[in-house]
Amino acid sequence: MFSLLADKLDNTFRRLRGLGKISEKNIADALRDIRLALLEADVEFGVAREFIGRVKERAMGQEVLKSIKPGEQIVKIFRDEIAALLGGDAVGLDLTDPARIMVVGLNGAGKTTTSAKLALRLKNEGRRPLLVACDLVRPAAVDQLATLAEQIGVPVYKPAPGSRDVVAVAREALEWARTQNGTVMIFDTAGRQEVDEALIDELRQLHAFLSPRETLLVADAATGQQAVNVAQTFDRAVNVTGIVLTKLDGDARGGAALSMRSVTGKPIKFSGEGEKLDQFGPFVPGRMADRILGM
Amino acid sequence: TKFSRSSRIDWEELEAELVAADIGIRRAMGIADQLKESKGLDAENLVESTREVLRRAFPSTAPSLPAPPEGKPLVILVVGVNGTGKTTSAAKLAHLLQKQGSRVLLAAADTFRAAAVEQLQSWADKLNIPICKGAPSQDPASVCYEAHTQAIREGFQYLICDTAGRLHTRHNLMEELSKIRRTLAKQDASAPHSTLLVVDATTGANALAQAREFHKATPLDSVIITKMDGSGKGGVAVAIMDEMHISPSFLGTGEGAEDFEPFNRDRYVDSLL
Ligand SMILES: Nc1nc2c(ncn2[C@@H]2O[C@H](COP(=O)(O)OP(=O)(O)OP(=O)(O)O)[C@@H](O)[C@H]2O)c(=O)[nH]1
Ligand SMILES: Nc1nc2c(ncn2[C@@H]2O[C@H](COP(=O)(O)OP(=O)(O)OP(=O)(O)O)[C@@H](O)[C@H]2O)c(=O)[nH]1
Ligand SMILES: [K+]
Ligand SMILES: [Mg+2]
Ligand SMILES: [Mg+2]
Repeated sequence: MFSLLADKLDNTFRRLRGLGKISEKNIADALRDIRLALLEADVEFGVAREFIGRVKERAMGQEVLKSIKPGEQIVKIFRDEIAALLGGDAVGLDLTDPARIMVVGLNGAGKTTTSAKLALRLKNEGRRPLLVACDLVRPAAVDQLATLAEQIGVPVYKPAPGSRDVVAVAREALEWARTQNGTVMIFDTAGRQEVDEALIDELRQLHAFLSPRETLLVADAATGQQAVNVAQTFDRAVNVTGIVLTKLDGDARGGAALSMRSVTGKPIKFSGEGEKLDQFGPFVPGRMADRILGM
Repeated sequence: TKFSRSSRIDWEELEAELVAADIGIRRAMGIADQLKESKGLDAENLVESTREVLRRAFPSTAPSLPAPPEGKPLVILVVGVNGTGKTTSAAKLAHLLQKQGSRVLLAAADTFRAAAVEQLQSWADKLNIPICKGAPSQDPASVCYEAHTQAIREGFQYLICDTAGRLHTRHNLMEELSKIRRTLAKQDASAPHSTLLVVDATTGANALAQAREFHKATPLDSVIITKMDGSGKGGVAVAIMDEMHISPSFLGTGEGAEDFEPFNRDRYVDSLL
């Protein structure tokens, strides 16, 4: 296991060894370094504080005090705790009939791409997905989804140009679906900022109308401190059932994953790892923990 | 006040506030340390003093676009990672320049992403801006070259090239940007005259890595920070300014064509905390 953070802490402890026994104060200093690492990885301030408070006891324990490489030991404890939190009660998608999945999130997070990626994945599992374009705002959003749907050979519902009412579009799409022999419907929605109450309300209405089994919040791995507000607001409005973390093919440390998971308790179900539609898969908590701690 | 318990300053609370704006923990601690040294500081004037430190990080006037060179179009290249708002910002900037009486041509050089050309086309139609389009999977450098030819031939004052989103970690895609740059220089050695990095205000520390890598591939003149209408404060601009001395020039404040404004450091800093 290699980590700059672990190395740094080991060096600190090694110097201390010369002075005698490792004290609780030394461990407190190590915890401060861990806190810095979490904040630099974009874990939200309050989440980082709470998380360290909770894991502190284990990090202060005998296994660390007696270990040859206490720095590495402490980092490992945090790594395992992060992985456990991120992976806690991760479950698959609920696709019981009528299987409807609503895809929501901030502007540009990757919703449309994720909708198509998910459709492809479900199709490869032997299901018959249908895509529905419910973004009536962004220019050419319907074209974008339709192009992707064609690439993967999945039927797509395209609202009539000029449609403005998403609930009406969803109703038409349900009508259309009767003729399609699909087994699961995926609804792509327009991007919105969580502080935009009118747009959040529109999403709430669509959610109430569809009663989807799954409501997936799509979030960019590079999201900063606002991840907490974003996840909480969307969750309160449309009861998120899972999170999809996108753009993990970049080098963002991805602390937003920890923030969102901590404050909503909702599992991170999938991750996006590229622009191509097959660059998508189940979220791997251990890898994410390594990433957040810079390992 | 917010940062005081009785009359003492709560430094951790100040740091929390700065971190919440995505300024970064190290910079936040640096500001706190700097302020601890200063005399006459109390909980009453702490916010103002902090703002003053932040204001000083930025130039007093934001970078503006240079005037178009004599008889040639001023070429603007819009770059950034996926989904930040490049296409929307390119359209908004074209709209702004056109409103000021200039003749502007848009180049749709994202030939990769599904319906990216249609997206810019639809903005161009709505705002009545001429557009030069690439065919699906056409080499983006060749689209820019053709658009540049047209802009020179038809006497446009500005050419704004929208490019595909790319993560700064993808070496070959970053190379593609260098190629676009070289191709634009063929018809005018000084083009592109302005390269703008589009950064999402919701982004955390990674924005600095984005700026570094894009700057290597195609030297940046300034940054556009988008989605300032959301809860993201865009504090990463401070880090980009600190390390790279590249200032924001425009802010995106919504999804509409008019939701775009020149960067104003006082207003920006006041919104940070
Ligand atoms: N590198 C990378 N790019 C991605 C990933 N997921 C999406 N993208 C890209 O991110 C950009 C935005 O994706 P979209 O699917 O259009 O995002 P959106 O959330 O639907 O955007 P709006 O509908 O405008 O809110 C596009 O350039 C996508 O190709 C990913 O996992 N990795
Ligand atoms: N609220 C808000 N949304 C914005 C702003 N700027 C852009 N957007 C939205 O962000 C999303 C992505 O914008 P695009 O212009 O497609 O982004 P892009 O960088 O061109 O995306 P790719 O080409 O896929 O990399 C769209 O939903 C835009 O409407 C802004 O300032 N505020
Ligand atoms: K804001
Ligand atoms: Mg979309
Ligand atoms: Mg674009």
